[in-house]
Formats: sequence, C-alpha cells, structure tokens
Amino acid sequence: MIEGALAFGFAALGLALAMNLWRLFKGPGVADRILALDTMVINAIGLIVLIGIASDSATAFEAALLLAMVGFVGTVAYAKFLLRGDIIE
Amino acid sequence: MSTATFAQWLVSALIVIGGSFALIGSWGLVRLPSLMERLHGPTKATTLGLGALLVASVAWFHLARGTWTTHELLVSVFLFMTAPISANMIAKVHLHRLRQHEPTAPAGPAGTPAPPPGGVDWATHEVPHRGTPGDFVGD
Repeated sequence: MIEGALAFGFAALGLALAMNLWRLFKGPGVADRILALDTMVINAIGLIVLIGIASDSATAFEAALLLAMVGFVGTVAYAKFLLRGDIIE
Repeated sequence: MSTATFAQWLVSALIVIGGSFALIGSWGLVRLPSLMERLHGPTKATTLGLGALLVASVAWFHLARGTWTTHELLVSVFLFMTAPISANMIAKVHLHRLRQHEPTAPAGPAGTPAPPPGGVDWATHEVPHRGTPGDFVGD
C-alpha cells in the first residue's frame, strides 16, 4: 500500500514541478518567475522527503533542510535585488 | 489493527494528502490570472502539502523503523516561518513593478493599489515617510 501511495506522490510532485516550470518560462512578470522558482524549491523538498521514505535512508533530510534554507535565501535575494538594486546594503 | 498496518495506513494517507495539496497549489500557480491570486496557491496549498509529507516522514521512521528523527520538524518549522516572508517579498516586487508600469504584469482583480493618503507613495522601494503607517519612528 505504501508503494502505491509513494508512486502517487512521486507522480503528483513531478507534475507539479512541470507546471512550475511552465510558469517559470511563461512569466509574464518577473515576480511570477520568482514565485515559480520558490514553488519549485518547495516541491523539490517534497520530492526529497519522498525519496527518503522510499529508500529508508535518513541522509535525504540533510538535503531537504539545506534546500529549505538556501531556497528562502535565494527568493529573498531575488526580491531584494529587484526592490533595492542591491542585495546586501 | 497492528502497529505496522496502522503505520502503513497513516503514512499512505498523509503522502496522498501531501501530494494532492502540492499538485493543487501548482495547478493554482498555472491557472490563476494574476500574481496576487497566484500567490495563494504555492504559499498555502503547497506549504500545507509539504507539511503533510514531512509528518508522513516522521510517522514512517517512528512507527515502522523505531527511530525518532527531528530533521523533518526542523524543515517544517523553517518553511512555515519563511513562507510568509518570501510571499510578502514577492508581493512587494509585484507592487513595485506595477508602480513602474511594467506592461507585462496584470494588476489583478483589485487593480493597481491606490496611493496612500498624505501625498506620499507606497514604501516598496523607499524608506517609509514620516507620518505614514509604515513609519514606526513617528508613532
């Protein structure tokens, strides 16, 4: 049963990542692209968590934690650069 | 019902819920017409879906493997703290672009925000002016 749920989860998150990629290419505004990248990071964290459950290894969570931190810093850096013209003032 | 069966049911249900929420959030990102509406999908549905996936991971490793891990809780705490901040920053970028009249960004159902009272502008770029709601010094 857990294999079926994992297959559904992988399919759902893969489809979600494909839709984020579509929004990333389509735009139209630059804020839409930042939002698409932010959502892609969140969906990638979900995918890593699913891989951790499927492969029974706890090492995947280090990657998930790192991606959670770096993804937030990346989003704020994009937004800060567009708002202020500079990232660290 | 044995513990292993219960763990399988619980983790399977949580994974299906989490995957569905992530899918719905990303579908909202594709489907909704303007950025202010598109922000709702990823910042609520996808974060909630990821929360369900992380709870599924905690439950799986605790009930089926007998190991107690806190990494997932760290990830969820960090995400739930940072998701509103990044959404706020993206909304500010959108407002800033609207004020600069970027032609490709649709304004959304509420349209371009009205200028605040007092002959000043929204503080998406500048520091808050004295006497406006964002000015904590003048309060």
